[in-house]
Amino acid sequence: MVQTKKDPVLAVLSLSGGNDGLNCIIPRNNGFYRDSRPTLAVPEDQIIPINDEIGFHPTMGPLKKYWDEGKLAIFVGIGYPTPSYSHFRSMDIWHTCEPEIIGTEGWLGRATKQLDANSENVLTAVNFGRGLPRALVMDGVPVASVGNLETYGLLTGIEGENQRNDALDVFGRMYAPAIGTGAVMDYIHQTGTDALKGADILSTAPDKYTSSVEYSNTAIGQYMKNIAQTHLAEFGTRVLYTTSPYNGFDSHANQAQANAGLLTDVSNTVDTFMTDLREHDASDNVTLLLFSEFGRRVIDNGSGTDHGAAGVAFAVGEHIKGGVYGTYPSLEPSKQEEGGNLKFNLDFRSVYSTILEDWFQLDAEPIVGGNFERVKFFA
Amino acid sequence: MAEQDIALMAHLMRRAGFGANRDEIEAKATQGYDSVVKELLNPESQEAVEEDLLIRYNPSYFEAAAIENNVQQWVWRMINSPRQLQEKVALFWHMIFCAGHSKIDSGQEMGLMVNIFRQQGMGKFDEILLALSTNPGMMYYLDNTESHKANLNENYGRELLELFSLGVGMDTDFNYSEDDVKACARAFTGWNIAPPYPPFPHGRSPWEFRFDPADHDTSEKTFLGETGNWNGDDIIRIACEQPATARFLARHLYNYFVADEPQVPAWRLTPPRDQSAIEAMEKAYWESDHSIKAMLEVLFTSDFFKDEAVWYQKVKNPTEMVVSLLRMTGEFRGYQPGLFEASQEPKYMGMDLMNPPTVEGWHTGREWIDSGTLVERINFASDLLGNTELEGVRSLVNRLMARGDKLSPEQFVNGCLDLTGPVVLFPDTMSQLISHATQEGELSHGTDAEKTDFTRRCGEMFQMIAATAEFQFE
Repeated sequence: MVQTKKDPVLAVLSLSGGNDGLNCIIPRNNGFYRDSRPTLAVPEDQIIPINDEIGFHPTMGPLKKYWDEGKLAIFVGIGYPTPSYSHFRSMDIWHTCEPEIIGTEGWLGRATKQLDANSENVLTAVNFGRGLPRALVMDGVPVASVGNLETYGLLTGIEGENQRNDALDVFGRMYAPAIGTGAVMDYIHQTGTDALKGADILSTAPDKYTSSVEYSNTAIGQYMKNIAQTHLAEFGTRVLYTTSPYNGFDSHANQAQANAGLLTDVSNTVDTFMTDLREHDASDNVTLLLFSEFGRRVIDNGSGTDHGAAGVAFAVGEHIKGGVYGTYPSLEPSKQEEGGNLKFNLDFRSVYSTILEDWFQLDAEPIVGGNFERVKFFA
Repeated sequence: MAEQDIALMAHLMRRAGFGANRDEIEAKATQGYDSVVKELLNPESQEAVEEDLLIRYNPSYFEAAAIENNVQQWVWRMINSPRQLQEKVALFWHMIFCAGHSKIDSGQEMGLMVNIFRQQGMGKFDEILLALSTNPGMMYYLDNTESHKANLNENYGRELLELFSLGVGMDTDFNYSEDDVKACARAFTGWNIAPPYPPFPHGRSPWEFRFDPADHDTSEKTFLGETGNWNGDDIIRIACEQPATARFLARHLYNYFVADEPQVPAWRLTPPRDQSAIEAMEKAYWESDHSIKAMLEVLFTSDFFKDEAVWYQKVKNPTEMVVSLLRMTGEFRGYQPGLFEASQEPKYMGMDLMNPPTVEGWHTGREWIDSGTLVERINFASDLLGNTELEGVRSLVNRLMARGDKLSPEQFVNGCLDLTGPVVLFPDTMSQLISHATQEGELSHGTDAEKTDFTRRCGEMFQMIAATAEFQFE
């Protein structure tokens, strides 16, 4: 069990589209890798070594720093049985922990319900981006979903500060509990009041924030900045979630250039985020998880790669016990998943279970729907 | 023209279509209620969408594989199709016959499925079910492609009974047994698709329905008390003869077009909100040989539909919220670029079109609203309705100005409410808006400065109306 000075917080960055694990954590001495990737194999002298077998993509230098500090967990061969090659379905599986049936509740929605059983804080979980990812969906759990923290709020289209404040006053009164309007109306009034409260609190975060670090001017950079701002504002938020631009990692074509840009952005942003939190002495109680819905096909298609199975994921934080978890899947054709993909050996629900139990101190089983072997990646 | 006629026409257009702008509502009110209902029920009497032009302006819609293009094309039709009830009915079936892109993974298949609902949705129910049961996307989504003579998969057989025809039960009784489910599934063995594999990892190819006699269970089956060597079409025939099916359809129609009912799984134990309305639609089903159009005709011409007691008794679903506002403000009429972002709005509000969360579909009514979706709904509605640069909003401002050289705060608020709905507010909400308007006093529009101020105040008032709890209903 991990001891943090303040309540533990989980931040999640979902890499949407299927991040190519093979060109992210690269099996650098593997002959099958070079044979399978005539177009996309990264020259060995450019790979940043992790150990004798694997190394980082050349653009991931900023992450290497956390590896050297022993604060980075690398999950290889991560996935689940009977892989789905559909972005939507596979992302759903990661969100709901339901590979067999179509689930409606998200693992972090369930976790939030346990972290704040009486919904006392409307900001226990906050998502950055438009629309709620299914990971955060759970009946009765209020989750704020913030498109842009700088402008988040209600009635943001009203120009002039006084006019808008007047309008928000009217809004507050219009949504005050009303008598004799019916159950559905009562519920909407309560929800409107919660939303206004959440927006009021959240909108103070950017003003409270000062920092010497500069986040990249990309969607990933700006949303991670919003996550840092919200964390530093100490609203009691325990789950912070964001998703990279939709299907950005879906590199069927021109992968070499596109992925170098994406991995640069992700690595720099993780470094900026950690540096920012450390500068504010606020990194102790944060774990950052990065995952993608699947890896990609072993053999490249001459320009990019198609949808695959097992991939890679990462956890960064002060309480992480650095290391490689899971076994790098064999690239030998006879040992691949049907269709030329890597076979998983580390179930993502093992990683979730460890986070839920060792980090949040919750009972993982009902949240991930089963008992999965824990991966001891917390120090 | 009587205000009451306009209000009733606005109600009809909200329910039988995706709302309308003020000019259209007034024109239709002049045309007369019964005549408009007749047009709605006979889409072929209305102009069709010009398919060639649609594709010419939007080449990306043509046989589009991407789901976004199919969703966008549908939203375009909802905004622009003169055959409004046809699109509303397509959405009705999409919310019942739920299959989703998350599994099917082909936007084109989803578009084809919705087109069946569009083309056949008001027809004979037996034929709708047959079209559904031979739709490749649905057969794959509910695993009928995995159901074999030697190795039965009950998924489609069960959902056909539970969600697509009889429903679990009525008047507290159960409608079918587990043996009926098995018999039903056995009758649908061999109802498969070609090519058989899912689109990945072998690449996409269009699907078609294929009946495989060698994989069809030809043994005798007893289904709902009738014994024979039933095939899928026999099952559909027998299911459509069940009183439970008429009841299930009538309740769905009421829930979608008239007033929110409890969620579907509660229907076995919860009596209908309006029993006689349900019975009137059931009667139409039997007398018309299972015609959905006949049920809709009873619905739209009946007193139970026109009754003010059911106005605003439905929480707008996200698609209705988005499309009705676009129609009211005149956005994306014709072939304008930029529809992609607007077509994603229902998803931000919790309704990912062509991708329902499960085969049970979306939970409706108050369950559309949570603290995240409410913010999306309010901001979308108020940004659009408060934007006095938009042609549709501009015309509302002009209409308000035409109501008099000077408007008292009460006249102003009432005018704004009338033109944006008419929207009906609870007295508490009303008094908040009036007291807000009173702070800035009377409105006039003689000078340019007064005009500017009048316009600004209209925009703000429209935004606040769009932000009310009452505006969440239709």
